[in-house]
Amino acid sequence: MGTWTWFHKLASPPHFYRIAGKMIPWFAIPAALLIVFGIYGGLVRAPADYQQGDAFRIIYVHAPSAWMSLMCYSTMAIAAAVGLIWRIKLAHALAAACAPIGASFTLLALATGSLWGKPMWGTFWTWDARLTSELILFFLYLGYMALRSAFDDLTRADRASAVLALVGIVNVPIIHFSVTWWNSLHQGSTVLAKGGPKMPASMLVPLLMCLLGFTLLFAALACVRVRGEVLIRERNATWLKELEAP
Amino acid sequence: MEEFLHMGGYARYVWPAYGLGLVVLCWNIWSALRLQRVALEKARRRAVIGDDAGSR
Repeated sequence: MGTWTWFHKLASPPHFYRIAGKMIPWFAIPAALLIVFGIYGGLVRAPADYQQGDAFRIIYVHAPSAWMSLMCYSTMAIAAAVGLIWRIKLAHALAAACAPIGASFTLLALATGSLWGKPMWGTFWTWDARLTSELILFFLYLGYMALRSAFDDLTRADRASAVLALVGIVNVPIIHFSVTWWNSLHQGSTVLAKGGPKMPASMLVPLLMCLLGFTLLFAALACVRVRGEVLIRERNATWLKELEAP
Repeated sequence: MEEFLHMGGYARYVWPAYGLGLVVLCWNIWSALRLQRVALEKARRRAVIGDDAGSR
């Protein structure tokens, strides 16, 4: 079977529905293990930071959720572009599936950042480049979802929201580089710092476990949601009967 | 144990952050499963009445 045939088969809704269903445990189980052990490592095993004390432990929730907010948006925008250009319903289904996940983790990144900012900077909020651009990301997700729900026709909702997702992608590099481009209160990169991670292994390993665990969790959640979105879009229900047959 | 819960004096920042994380995690799992379940029920109903142009 050639690559193209394989791709076409994957893009067929019933086939994709089945594959996504089978993939869920393969993402969800490692995700659960990595998150549990990562959080345990971060909360219990890692030593307190020499500057920030135990407050630094917020990083194990904050950094993975901030990472999710960006990864989710990028996935959504790429899927939206594929859906717009090649008119693939499945791609639109994936874009729609990403939005609520991304919005919730953006909110979590903002809230945990706020809880970390208070003891470190003395304030819950400041209009600094990193914080402001992340807040804009949250509004982009909300706008995307509001725009979708404004259309009765799903095809039009898919197309209009895809354009918004694509316009908003400019915000992603702005968030990532905001700490370098502007004089920010927010600390710079820890893991992706020049000359390697600026953390001892006992702090870094749990963080990497949480980052990977959250990423796999996103894959599992996206699989569940995209199955729902495919069902909503699929008007021809004959394959559903096949699916239900043993 | 008490020392662990105390978080070096940062307990009231650290624990709410982890609590919110748990809430967001649970909400994501619950809402994804609900979307899939509701969509499947609707699709089944459409298949039974043979209404391919049925409502969303």
